[in-house]
Parts: sequence; C-alpha cells; structure tokens
Amino acid sequence: MGANKAKAAVIVFPGSNCDNDAGRAIKAATGVDARFVWHRETSMEDFDLIVLPGGFSFGDYLRTGAIARYSPIMKEVIRQARRGAKVLGICNGFQILTESGMLPGALLRNRDLLFLSKDVYLRVENNNTAFTSAYKEKQVIRLPIAHGDGNYYIDDEGYKRLVGEGRVVFRYSAPDGATEGMAPNGAKGDIAGIINDHGNVLGLMPHPERHCEAILGGADGKWMFESLLNAVGGQS
Amino acid sequence: MPQYKAKVTVMFRKSILDPQGAAIERAVKSVEGDISFPDVSSVRVGKVVELIIDGLDAAVIEEKVKLLADRVLANTVMEQYVVEVEPFAGESCNGRE
Amino acid sequence: MSDAQNLWKEHGLTKEEYDKILALLKRQPNYLELALFGVMWSEHCGYKNSKAQLRKFPVKGAQVVQGPGENAGVVRLDGKLCAAFKMESHNHPSAVEPYQGAATGVGGIIRDIFAMGARPVASLDSLRFGTLEDAHTRQLFRGVVAGVGGYGNCIGIPTVGGEVSFHPSYKGNPLLNAMCVGLVDEDKIFKGQAVGVGNIVVLVGARTGRDGIKGASFASEELSESDRDKRPNVQVGDPFMEKLLLEASLEVLEAGLVVGLQDLGAAGLTSSTVEMAGRAGNGITIDLNKVPMREKGMEPWETMLSESQERMLMVVEPSKVNALTKVFEKWDLNSAAIGTVTDDGNFTITRGGETLASVPAELLTDKVPVNIREQREPAYFKALKTADFSKLKGYGDWNELLERLLSSPNIASKRWVYEQYDCTVGVNTVVRPGSDAAVLRLPGSKKGMALAVDCNTRYTYLDPQRGGAIAVAESARNVAVSGAKPLAITNCLNFGNPEKPEIYWQFVKATDGVASACEALNTPVTGGNVSFYNEYDGQAIQPSPTIGMVGVIDDVEKRLTSSFKREGDIVLLVGESLEELGASEAHYILTGKDEGEVPVLDFDKEKALYAFLSEGADKELLSSAHDCADGGLAVALAESAIQGGIGVTLAWEDKNISVAAALFGESQSRAVVSFNSKHKGSVEALLKKHSVPFTPLGQTGGENFSINLNGALVISRALTELARVWDTTISEIMK
Repeated sequence: MGANKAKAAVIVFPGSNCDNDAGRAIKAATGVDARFVWHRETSMEDFDLIVLPGGFSFGDYLRTGAIARYSPIMKEVIRQARRGAKVLGICNGFQILTESGMLPGALLRNRDLLFLSKDVYLRVENNNTAFTSAYKEKQVIRLPIAHGDGNYYIDDEGYKRLVGEGRVVFRYSAPDGATEGMAPNGAKGDIAGIINDHGNVLGLMPHPERHCEAILGGADGKWMFESLLNAVGGQS
Repeated sequence: MPQYKAKVTVMFRKSILDPQGAAIERAVKSVEGDISFPDVSSVRVGKVVELIIDGLDAAVIEEKVKLLADRVLANTVMEQYVVEVEPFAGESCNGRE
Repeated sequence: MSDAQNLWKEHGLTKEEYDKILALLKRQPNYLELALFGVMWSEHCGYKNSKAQLRKFPVKGAQVVQGPGENAGVVRLDGKLCAAFKMESHNHPSAVEPYQGAATGVGGIIRDIFAMGARPVASLDSLRFGTLEDAHTRQLFRGVVAGVGGYGNCIGIPTVGGEVSFHPSYKGNPLLNAMCVGLVDEDKIFKGQAVGVGNIVVLVGARTGRDGIKGASFASEELSESDRDKRPNVQVGDPFMEKLLLEASLEVLEAGLVVGLQDLGAAGLTSSTVEMAGRAGNGITIDLNKVPMREKGMEPWETMLSESQERMLMVVEPSKVNALTKVFEKWDLNSAAIGTVTDDGNFTITRGGETLASVPAELLTDKVPVNIREQREPAYFKALKTADFSKLKGYGDWNELLERLLSSPNIASKRWVYEQYDCTVGVNTVVRPGSDAAVLRLPGSKKGMALAVDCNTRYTYLDPQRGGAIAVAESARNVAVSGAKPLAITNCLNFGNPEKPEIYWQFVKATDGVASACEALNTPVTGGNVSFYNEYDGQAIQPSPTIGMVGVIDDVEKRLTSSFKREGDIVLLVGESLEELGASEAHYILTGKDEGEVPVLDFDKEKALYAFLSEGADKELLSSAHDCADGGLAVALAESAIQGGIGVTLAWEDKNISVAAALFGESQSRAVVSFNSKHKGSVEALLKKHSVPFTPLGQTGGENFSINLNGALVISRALTELARVWDTTISEIMK
C-alpha cells in the first residue's frame, strides 16, 4: 500500500481511553498518522476523518457523552462535519454523537444492566457508505463490544425513517447473518451502528479499532478504516 | 446573598423501558418477612440532582435551572424532568471551602 | 492513667505497644501522635505479625529490578522494558460495600503501579466468596464483580484474567485481591522517597473528606455481626478522577518535574508521608491548613487518617512547583504544596504556626514491633490426612460425575464474570480471559508478557506448606502452558486472626511453602500484601496465599492457549497421574468434605514440564496446552474440547491407579497438549529429552467427548451438552 495522504484526527476527552487504540488502528490499517486533538481546543486544521473515540469522556456519571458534547472542540467537529469531513464515533463516541444531536436516538443502559465485553457478530446492512465500502453487502463480521450503555433507542417513527433511508449500517447478528433478537444489549431493531442523512457521520457501539490485526483476535475492523481513508484521501 | 436549593428529578419517559426499575420491582416483590411488598405495581428509577445556588430571585433561578435540565441534566429523547426550587440554609456537602 | 488506656485501645494498640511507644518517645504522645502510631503500627501498615515470616522469601534474581519495599516490584522483560506489578487485598471493604470496596481496591493497586512511573496495562483479580446458594453471597459476588469492572472499564485498563472460587469459609468475609501490571523503562522507574532537604511535598488529586477513616485498623480486626456501627465510612471510588490523576502524573514524571512519589492508600496522608520520609531517611513537615478539604470541620487526626481515594503525594524541587501545578490544572486537578522535606528525621504536623504532632519518622516505620506469634498445629491437620474415597472410587456413573464437576461454580466457566470486564481496551491483549494465563503483546518488542493468579485454598487449608508451594507452581504452570517462562511473583497472603496460634501456624507453613517453591522455580517475590483477621463471627477463612505470576514469552506469535485448535490433532497427557484423590474437587462434590492428602509436588518434575512446554511452543510443535489441575484430567480435557468446540475420542491404559484417580485425581506437574500428528516424533523426542513421562490419549475430532479407559467406555457425551453445562452454570445462578 502506498502512503495515504488523508488527514485524520482523534479527539481526546479527559476520560477517553480508546484514543491511542484508534490512532494505532488507523496507522495499522492505512499507514496514516492521526493527530490527537485535546477537547479544549477551539479550532483545528481541516481533517478528512475525525474519530470520537471510546472511553468515559467525563466519567459519564450524568449520562454517557452528556458532558463531552459541551467541550469546546465539539463546535469545531460539527463545523467540519458540515464541511463534509467524515466523523466516526465509536462506543462513547457514538454516545457523544447522539447527545449532541449529530445522530438521532439515544443509548440506554444495557437491557440486563451488566457491562458487556465480548466479541459479537454484525451484519453490514449498508455497504454503500464511505465507512463500509470495503465490506460486501450483508457481510457478517466480528468485532468486540465493551459497554454498559449500548441499548440503542429511537421512537418508532425515527426507526422507520432510519430503515427507509438505509441509515442502519450495522445490526447485531448470528454467525450466519440472522439478526432478529441478536442485540446483546436490547438495542431497538438490533441496531449496532447508524449513519446521518448526509452519509458522513457514523456511530457504532462495537470497536472496529480493536480488531485491525489478526494477533488481536480479528481484523474485520481494518476494512472500515481502509474504506474511509481511501474514500477521503485516495492513495499516492 | 441568600441561597436556594434547586432539586432536579430526572426520570425515564413512561414509554422507555427502565430495566433498573424492573429489576428492583422483582426484588421488592420477592423479599420475605416484614418488608414483603407483593402489591407494588410499578417501580421506576431516576436520579436527583441538587444544586445549591446563590441568588436573589427564586423564579429566575428556576427558569435557568429548567434550561439546564432541558439541555444538560436530562436527555429529552429518553428522559423527563421536574425542577423544584426552595430556600436553603445549611452546609453544602461535597462543596469547596 | 485510665484515659490513656482508653486511648491506646481506641487506636488499636495493646498495652505492651503503648509502653513501647512511651519508652521510644520518652514522653507521652498526644492524641494525634497516638493516632499516627495506631495506624502505622497496625498489621495493615506495619506488618508487625508477618514481617518475620516474609523475610524467608527469596527476593533476588537476575530478572528482578526492584524487590519488596517500594510501591511495586519490577521485573525485566526485554532490554530496558520492565513490568511493574503488585497485588493487594481489599477484603473487609468488599464485605461491607461490595461495589465500592472492590472498585477502590482496584483503584488503589493501579496507583501503586503508576507511582513507579509505569503505565498500567493490565489488571487481574482473585475473588473468593461463600457458596452461591446464599442470596447475600450472590449479592456480594454481583457487587464485587461490577465494582472491579466499573473501575477498570472506566479508567481504561483491561482486566485480562483472574480466578474466582467459592467455599463456605468465605461467606461473611469474601476476598478481593487485585493485581495490576504496568510497563516502564528501567531508567525511568520512580521511587517513593522524600529525597532532597528543602524540597516541597505536594498533595495532588482528590480533596480530603472523612472517607474510610481508620480503614487500616478496620482491616486489622475480625468482622462480626455485632460491630456494624464500628465500621468506617466506605470509601467511594472515582475512576474518572483516577484516569486524570494517572495521565497528569505520568505527564509530570515524563517532564522531569518530580523526584519522588507515593500513592495514598491505607492510612492516607499519614502512611504516605511517613513512608516517603522513612525510605529516604529524612523528615517531613506538613501544614494541615494547606490540605484541600472536601468537608468542613475535620479534626487533625481525621485529616491524617482519611482514606479519600485518588490522591498522590509528590516530592518536587521548589523551582518546579509552578510547572507541576500547571500540568495538574490542565487536567482539572488540585495540587497543593502542603509541606517540605526536612533534615531532622521528624514527621511533623502543623496547623498554621502551631505544631500539632512531631514524632521521629523511624519510630513509625522501622520501630514497628515485630511479633513472632505463638503457633500450634491445628488438630484438623493430621486428622484430615486420611479420608475414605470409596464413594468416589465406586461411583460408576462417570458421565454424570463429569457433568457435576463441570457445573461446579469452582470449575464452570467464569464467562459471566469476565464479560463484565473490558479485556481488550489498549489493543495489547492477545490471550483473553478463559485460558490459563492472559498474554499481552509488548510495544516495540517481539516478546509477550503472560500473567496469572492462582491459589487452591483447599490445598492450603489441608496442608498449608504444600498448598503454598502448589499455589506458586500452579501459577507458574499457568504461565508455562501459554509458552512463557515464569519470572517472578507478587502475593496476597490472606489469613484469619494471627493471634490465634493455629492461624499463625497456617501462616508460617504457607509462607514456608511459597518461599521454597519460589526458590526452586526461580520466581522471586517482588512484593505483596498481608491481610489478616479475615474471620466472620470467629470463623476463619481457609488460608489463601494468592500468587500473582509474571512470565515472558520470547516470541508472542508463538503463544499457546488451552483450546483444541483443529480436528485430527493428537492429544497427549504430559506428566504422570498418581493415585491422588485427596483434596480433590470430585471428592468435595460427592461428600462436601475438604479432606485427604494434598497431591505431591516435585519441583524437578515441575521444572521439566516448563522446559518441555517452553521448547515445544518455541519450536511451534504444539497446537494447545492446558494446565491439568482442579477437577483432574477429565475436566482439563473437557475444557480444551469445549473451548475449541472440537470433540475428542480418547482411549488409554492406566492400570496402576483407580478409574476415579485417572479421571478426577489432581496430581501435579501435568498438562494436556494437542499437536498436529506430523509432529508426533518431535514432540515425543522432546518429552524424552526433558525426561517428562507422558501418555498418548487419542485424537481430536467429531462432536462427541468420549473416553475409553483400560478397554471400557467410561465417558461419552455430546460435546454441546458438556459445553452447555460448563458455560451457563454461573450465569443461570446469577440471573
């Protein structure tokens, strides 16, 4: 693979704990060195890809992601999203995206009230996005989850809209691709990840950055970063 | 300056499943002895946020706290809130000296 | 002097200790000074009842960079890269408030690791509870597991492994032993020393409140139903604050702003300041007016003994205080210059201009009484050596017994536990929970680090010395079956009340056993913790010398796990099964009794096994390796098959021992390995080279789990059925 010219940033909140993992994954998958941007920054250079990483941004004592959305950098993230930058929210990043209204719905406590850390199967519902173009349609992939609040909720009308517009990108599934009732956390419609109506902001609960190298137990997440960086930067 | 206590109670909306409430309801119904409580029909869990605020006008404070509740303390996609403001005279806990 | 008498009692001291203080101080201590002696001379801080025995441990080795005495031990992994690691108990707090007790236990040990300048990369936990039929025990279990997860998940340090066991002796006094491991370059290790007279003592992190006051003395008393009101305020953990503290601390260390640092654990500000002064041979003066407080109106002794969490003490050159403050401001943390390092050797507490206490620091550290307690062999020791195994030997329905073993919570999958722990954050975990040891890759190195915690407390109860040695050997074996070489240990020595001669005997024997195994296996002790008074209503726990082992694997790509990997592999028992049913899980399940002779441990056999496993992994001859331990050979085989989702058809002859012993005996120094049939010659040659006895058992493949012993089909079950039993027992109970 040649050097990728795309520019990537990872936003660092005080309680982010997957920021380095995201940086390492981007590097492993695409060779791009991501820049780490502290949440108190009020401006940053233009990026092609901005990652809101997993963790517990501000301890998540009020609600997950509720305080992070008020961090100074979020205005800048919203500005760059409007400009067309790709924004990827992983786990806590997904929660921040829903709290800030960049994605619809909300993430509630897991149905069984327990934190859940394990590998899950996902079915790629829409491979026609900048985030998923390297996957096949309806491909079943395996990624780790690690969350206490991943129970995606949206009202029926919103759900219909998401489905109708092809904005449900990942659903939890069985290894054979059946999705019905497969969400380990009770998520509506077994939703694991959704995209915004412009197709440039994606949030998901599973951790693609943790499965980018075979030694870690899987490399299915690598294709998301490849899709993204190729979509935005091309290769030299 | 007088102090007020603003109490914000945040609960899930009625239509949202409250798994903590459901778990507690099961527990409450299954305890035995003096505290047995089989006739409980609903348990909901929420949170209470207390703010001790210096200010002169309770109505102004209430308006401001409602705004805070609406935007920060509750996520109205899934939660609703009630704000109560009352005069406060006492030692704040967890506060700075 | 009736007032004084009440005072020494109030501070947990004895009359003899009070007299010793008078003699050392040559005057009467005031209330605050007596409080300082009370906590510093408590077992929890001063190790007064254990020190004499801990001296038996081997602490040196080429691999050891830092032995006992600092915040954590350090062992060399690859070139400059070292692992800092330690294990600590938080038993009594977990009994009283399981979530917060466990959470703050995890938080405390994490601070010990970054106090060494190391970045914490993994946690492990050893948990022991009563049996799960009891509703209160289930509540403790649920709370402790959630607390461990809650803290580690939030701070972002993966919980990669551990052990959980259940026995009635832990019913009122569960154990939480938390281990943390960090990585640090050898030239960047920090120490908890208050060096440099005139340097500033800075308290950073959380504000001080009335949390856990007298926690150290609380840890040094037995629990009982009647003393509920005596219990201290529960400490509440704030993992988010600790995450900030961790990042800010590593940042100021990296920037060279700090000369020494220490976390605030048991006995808070008192022990941290006194220990830092003591290690450097200096004095420290602190001003209580400068300590950032969370609550108003706290008495000086309350401030000094508060165990508010997420605080660190740093010694800083005066010119660097401003720069340090700026870093902490960036992380929204308090930092307060509360004192200075002095040359008078005294620990002095002032409030404004007024001196409240002044005591030579060494009286609080070096002059802690060293008690060698009376010891007496308990009556049970000889009585329980003989047992009647006729029920087990004549059981007959081995299928059913295997299922009962697999559904025993001691053996069943701990998935319900470890699925609550984020084990993959940090993207270094290459063997996750569920195998014998966790393995992490190391940044910038080909090598990997293997971690395990272990103790079979039925063994340590029935024979503390042999059991203590087996705890070390088994944790080493867990590391060895992962393809790694065991390097060094940390330990948590959990026992009952040492003032009882029978308990002290258990402690002496168990530490003898640990010491002998560490010597023989060349795994020195780099630190640890002692927790006495683990009793409830006068009933002691089983002696529990939990061992935390660190090992290194030269090429992390060559790591092994316990699960069978492919159909058609040869399955082989490495080591020898003896007629050993004593102390077995199988006998316990059938009779409810802890009895019989603990299996024999032969260090030479053990070392030969490690040598074979290490070379077999390195030459990439093996597909899997699994420690054959609790539950015996049949259980080890079933676990490898279930985890790999691959059945086995096995047939072997062993007419020297009973069927029960062949299937369920717990002989030591054994492992189950599987390998591609093309390696048969090489594997057998390697076994012979290391003089390791072995028995070929059969082949992997199919959907059944079947064992034919001496020509008779003794076990035959659908693998899915065994898997269901093993996998779901605990989650079904905890529903």
